[in-house]
Amino acid sequence: MHYLLTHLDDARALTVVHLRLALLPVLLGLAIAVPLAVAVQRAPLARRLTTATASVVFTIPSLALFVVLPVILGTRLLDEANVIVALTSYTAALLVRAVLEALDTVPATVRDAAAALGYPKLTRIMKVDLPLAIPNLIAGLRVVVVTNIAMVSVGSVIGIGGLGAWFTEGYNTDKSDQIVAGILLLFTLAVVIDGLIVLAGRIATPWTRAVR
Amino acid sequence: MNFVRQAIAYLLTVRNWTGPVGLAARLAEHLEYTAIALGAAALIAVPLGLIIGHTRRGTLLVVGTVNALRSLPTMGVLLLGVLLFGLGAAPTLVALALLGVPSLLAGTYAGVAGVDPAAVDAARALGMTETQVLRHVEIPNALPAILGGLRNATLQVVATATVAAYASLGGLGRYLIDGIKERQFHLALVGALAVAALALVLDGILAAAVWASAPGTGRLGGYPRRDRHHTCQ
Amino acid sequence: MTDPGATPDAIVFDDVSKVFADGTTAVRNLTLAVPEGRLTVFVGSSGSGKTTALRMINRMVEPTSGTVTVGGADVATVDPVALRLGIGYVLQNAGLMPHQRVIDNVATVPVLKGQTRRAARTAAYAVLERVGLDAKLATRYPAQLSGGEQQRVGVARALAADPPILLMDEPFSAVDQVVRHELQDEILRLQATLHKTIVFVTHDIDEALTLADSVAVFQRGVLQQYDPPETLLSDPANDFVAGFIGTGRGYRWLRLIDAAGLPLCDVETIAAERLPGAHPDGWALVVDAAGAPAGWFDGDTASRLGSLLRPDGNLSQALESALSSPSGIGVAVDAAGRFIGGVAAADVLAAVDARRRG
Repeated sequence: MHYLLTHLDDARALTVVHLRLALLPVLLGLAIAVPLAVAVQRAPLARRLTTATASVVFTIPSLALFVVLPVILGTRLLDEANVIVALTSYTAALLVRAVLEALDTVPATVRDAAAALGYPKLTRIMKVDLPLAIPNLIAGLRVVVVTNIAMVSVGSVIGIGGLGAWFTEGYNTDKSDQIVAGILLLFTLAVVIDGLIVLAGRIATPWTRAVR
Repeated sequence: MNFVRQAIAYLLTVRNWTGPVGLAARLAEHLEYTAIALGAAALIAVPLGLIIGHTRRGTLLVVGTVNALRSLPTMGVLLLGVLLFGLGAAPTLVALALLGVPSLLAGTYAGVAGVDPAAVDAARALGMTETQVLRHVEIPNALPAILGGLRNATLQVVATATVAAYASLGGLGRYLIDGIKERQFHLALVGALAVAALALVLDGILAAAVWASAPGTGRLGGYPRRDRHHTCQ
Repeated sequence: MTDPGATPDAIVFDDVSKVFADGTTAVRNLTLAVPEGRLTVFVGSSGSGKTTALRMINRMVEPTSGTVTVGGADVATVDPVALRLGIGYVLQNAGLMPHQRVIDNVATVPVLKGQTRRAARTAAYAVLERVGLDAKLATRYPAQLSGGEQQRVGVARALAADPPILLMDEPFSAVDQVVRHELQDEILRLQATLHKTIVFVTHDIDEALTLADSVAVFQRGVLQQYDPPETLLSDPANDFVAGFIGTGRGYRWLRLIDAAGLPLCDVETIAAERLPGAHPDGWALVVDAAGAPAGWFDGDTASRLGSLLRPDGNLSQALESALSSPSGIGVAVDAAGRFIGGVAAADVLAAVDARRRG
């Protein structure tokens, strides 16, 4: 605690980097995963191919991805771009599965009714399928975001930046209070952001809170 | 691309596999950490998940614990542990076990709580005790979800055990950490490829386990055979 | 078939067949014309093809062969979205959008057609009222409504853009008996003012006979008979139709005949306040101060009323009134609920006989 208070500037700077590394991939991942999931949801072959590829991508430990990507992309190991690409791939792969499952929960009768009423396909997806899929999606999103935040601190081991630096520094200089400060800060960050996502989800789905 | 060729060459050299610090040894260490951590996590998470899923009480506790543990930076806990309690496998294993608990707990709880309430109700009506209901109805039906939780936990533990090498422990992470530290990138690549391969293999095995455990499909072939040969007289 | 030239045909099936990908033939060579402004019912058991036939009208299902014509145009040549925006559709279990308030559910089609949300919502209130729903429900979510209320919203939604054609796919099967009768009455009432072309699918022969101007009986994809309800009852085309209508054909027929011309008989009445100490010869009807029947009295004990015959009742209700009465005489009331005369079972049967002869 004491450590945190005496190193607020450092904390702020590292937090910004950490959140950028953790959250930007989530946004990018969503931008990839949602259209992809929508496109393959009803195409059995494409869907199986997509989920299989996604499975492989998110099974590979990100640390391994951090190391392998420079070879493929020509980036350097510690380039921020390297980290973002690695985490985006990981996040997109996880989210594709989550979005597909969330879309599957939309009742067939509702989709049928929407089509029969005269909803054009794209309008139906935007105004019916996706909104109804949000509650399930939020659950998946929470896990992804919190995991990403933890992942970035794992990456500190190879020096990618973020609050994980306090762990490695504290370890190397025998300062356990630095490590504790890092743990507390990261824990709080994760809890707060998780809470924000839940809140956003509730705001976006007023019908789930309607009481009979 | 030089690194890739060097890495492949390294992997293909048998000598690099043998010996106390060879690939095989590191692989074994990695598997060992993973297995122990998962075992410990399961010991805590599965019974807890079974009880809470069965009684449906304390759901808030489960959700809270799962979320809290997921928010805990394993890296920090691991390094703190080593700093406080010295080098040795124990702090690492504790940190890794804590990492594995959320997925196992969530999977077990969701699996048991998600069993068709009509089936559970029918079992009770037949006269089964609560323990019997758990053993004969809930667990078999929850098995895919429990194994699914194990699958997720395994992925995370294998991935993070890689980092345990930072605390001067063994495992495949050694190649990664040392490779980066000593600027021998091809070694880091070897480590990365090995860990990726390990993760994929373990995931494949567990995926098959999830598939096989699906209830009512007879995939585990548990149905007792009937005696066919009695004649009607 | 329909009287040629009496009303133009809104929907025409011309030798339409539907074979699904797995080989099942859902509809076989269907040729049928649905007249404009009338309520036509497709009836049959599950798998008879009635729903498939319905869904070919708004192209939710494409025919394998043959043509479906709506409003003079082959549906295959019309843009499906435009077609559906012009046809109202009510499904079983309402199929309301759970994430939208009732008012927005009702306003769906007008908004899709380009109306502003505000204008569509304002108009939707009127439609809600028309289907008998309180405006209070407009801001609720579907999950907060009962099954019957949800179905009414479903009907309101289908009517909102005032389409000339209404398709209803077993809309009342998911609600209980009492609610179902209310909803059936509601449809008849609406139809009396709106005169839409309605195609209604059900597996319930009673519902079909109650609602229909014409009934199309389906079995295994083949049209068995297409006639008004009276003809169906008096002249079933084959054994299947006769069997489908089932036992009680005769009683059902009674329901179709108005009791307006039924002669009423005299019944001794006693005012409620004079009840203690009354000595009627036989049964007497106890009447309250307003003139409404309250019960029966036979000199010793008081008994409850059986069912009543109201001004818009049919012969089946007249007979039921007589049979359910403790005295054996039914009670007929006027629109205000005041007693107007007794109903004798013999008179009902005489009326049936006269009709059969006449």
